[in-house]
Amino acid sequence: MGIKVSDAAAQRAQSFLVNRGKGIGLRLGVKTTGCSGLAYVLEFVDELNPDDEVFEDNGVKIIIDGKSLVYLDGTQLDFTKEGLNEGFQFNNPNANGECGCGESFNV
Amino acid sequence: MALLQIAEPGQSAVPHQRKLAVGIDLGTTNSLVASVVSGQAVTFADENNEHLLPSVVGYYSDGIQVGQKAKLAASSDPSNTVMSVKRLLGRNLEDIRTRYPNLPYNFTDSQGGSLSLTVRDNLVNPVQVSAEILKTLGQRAEKTLGDELKGAVITVPAYFDDAQRQGTKDAAQLAGLNVLRLLNEPTAAAIAYGLDSGQEGVIAIYDLGGGTFDISILRLSKGVFEVLATGGNSSLGGDDFDDILVDHIKQQAELNEQVSNELQRTLLDIAKDAKERLSVDAAADIQFTDDAGMQHQLTLSCIKFEKLIEPLIKETLRSCRRAMKDAEVDNEDVLEVVMVGGSTRVPAVRDKVGDFFGKTPLTSIDPDKVVAVGAAIQADILVGNKPDNDMLLLDVLPLSLGIETMGGLVEKIIHRNTTIPVAKAQEFTTFKDGQTAMKVHVLQGERELVEDCRSLANFTLHGIPPMAAGAAHIRVTFQVDADGLLHVTAMEKSSGVHADIQVKPSYGLEESEITEMLMSSMQHAKDDMQARMLKEQQVESARVEEALRAALAADGEALLSEQERAELEQALQSMLDAAKGNDAEAIKSAIEQVDIASQEFANRRMDRSINLALSGQSVEQL
Repeated sequence: MGIKVSDAAAQRAQSFLVNRGKGIGLRLGVKTTGCSGLAYVLEFVDELNPDDEVFEDNGVKIIIDGKSLVYLDGTQLDFTKEGLNEGFQFNNPNANGECGCGESFNV
Repeated sequence: MALLQIAEPGQSAVPHQRKLAVGIDLGTTNSLVASVVSGQAVTFADENNEHLLPSVVGYYSDGIQVGQKAKLAASSDPSNTVMSVKRLLGRNLEDIRTRYPNLPYNFTDSQGGSLSLTVRDNLVNPVQVSAEILKTLGQRAEKTLGDELKGAVITVPAYFDDAQRQGTKDAAQLAGLNVLRLLNEPTAAAIAYGLDSGQEGVIAIYDLGGGTFDISILRLSKGVFEVLATGGNSSLGGDDFDDILVDHIKQQAELNEQVSNELQRTLLDIAKDAKERLSVDAAADIQFTDDAGMQHQLTLSCIKFEKLIEPLIKETLRSCRRAMKDAEVDNEDVLEVVMVGGSTRVPAVRDKVGDFFGKTPLTSIDPDKVVAVGAAIQADILVGNKPDNDMLLLDVLPLSLGIETMGGLVEKIIHRNTTIPVAKAQEFTTFKDGQTAMKVHVLQGERELVEDCRSLANFTLHGIPPMAAGAAHIRVTFQVDADGLLHVTAMEKSSGVHADIQVKPSYGLEESEITEMLMSSMQHAKDDMQARMLKEQQVESARVEEALRAALAADGEALLSEQERAELEQALQSMLDAAKGNDAEAIKSAIEQVDIASQEFANRRMDRSINLALSGQSVEQL
């Protein structure tokens, strides 16, 4: 299934990477923390790890480690604006519960 | 669903523990807030997409307004609308009356010389007004980032003194912000241009804002900024361009010096607008109605404007020259010149600064935003969002700090241009026998005499055990933290009694222009040295008199003949006469005369006390 990147997210990700001056792409991942079990990780990537898988959509390289991929397969990365606040959003078909704030989820 | 930002590798935060920090440029004319979002430092806009928040606070019948709304209401309600409050921070009333006679506010001198303004029948002080601005920016940032802030870096002009820095910190606290660090504005600008990762060398930062001018000479080596020297004028900026223009307009329109508050404010708005247009156009038309209802129409040319502001630009270049001299660098050593502050948009300013340093200044980042951007980058590091926290900022003290010693002299404990944070201690002693208290008077400045320096604080160390003069060891420690705030401790070593003071807002103190203080210290270097020598000799003569009188009272009658005594008295008297004069050398030789005249007496006293100690004891017993 892989990972999808929306137009808005791709555009923002590219500009952040250019601005930062280095980095091969974005790391998407999950961590076992937070009030609802799992939390998303979104980071710049400078070096690949051995168990990383690299996807590319909309011109952006997305790097996911093998363990996280189980939880994230089929996710679409989007960029949205809510009032003054703007940022990236994970549209994850695997998630079936979120804590009130949405910063963590379970599957 | 919470919205996420991209973190540095390995720096993703645990949910609800995102480390959000902002940089705030609390400016005289405009203020900004910025933060690092997805690796990029950006300033935040309000709902109307305005990044700059006018530093204007209005107190109206329907509540407090901050920013554009207050700025618009300023013309119609000048006395309840506070503009450029940064200039009032840490100042006293007298100072403001002489410096800014045209301000349309109702000032009150409250206790301790601190300053209040009457707005809508309420008293507010400059700290409270500044806090309103900071609160508005903090709320904007929280709305934009979607979470609570962990902390803020707030920038201050490099020349802000302790009172002004403390005022800024108090304002932030009042606004509910956790201050990570106060950062000098020019240092922030250098960070914004990424000069920390550039070529090593000397960087000059020319910051002409609304109300302050700062020139900073930084040296970058191995990714570390060291501030070599700072200079400037805490009362020179774009506002002065406006004032000059207002005066010019009044003159052209043949108006009185004294006009209504409303007209003054209208003219100020017109002048600001004309100034901005003249950065682009060759001439600007001006129209207004005066107090008598008469219409005026004028045209102001760019050439005329440049001529009017030329003395101000020259004044800034003089500060540049002094700072370069302080830093001991030549113009050709300067690698980059960074332009900061809205007033550097004026083409004449850019040209003149470029000519002075022989280099085209950096202007690619919006000069209004550059300081906030740098502060945001620093805040991001301080709050712990960077993997390798390798940027270290070294700042310097703009003026020496010291204490008053006998005779009204200043003993410098930390010299100017010392990098901070720093702690230094020096030992002092008592002047009189049985002295049980010591007054510690903390001073700032370069001159030798107390009256020529700026008084920062006063406190008294009580409970010194009675001892002979000169026997007590009192250790005075000066500590300046990373924000440039001073903490002074005095401790008597044998008993451990101590007293300390944190230099808090010293609003009531006489404000002397720092540049003036430096200048006068150079001009008066020779006088000061002579004055110091004279005072030292006078103090020494007083000490000799005190000791001799005590000795005469104890043993004079027993050990001296009447004639010897008269001779000694005479030597003493001529020393006292000399000490009243201004000739340090004469006092010195008179002291020597007393020393010679009293030698025999001293020998006899010594013999006598040895005899007393030895009498009735056999050699074996010793």
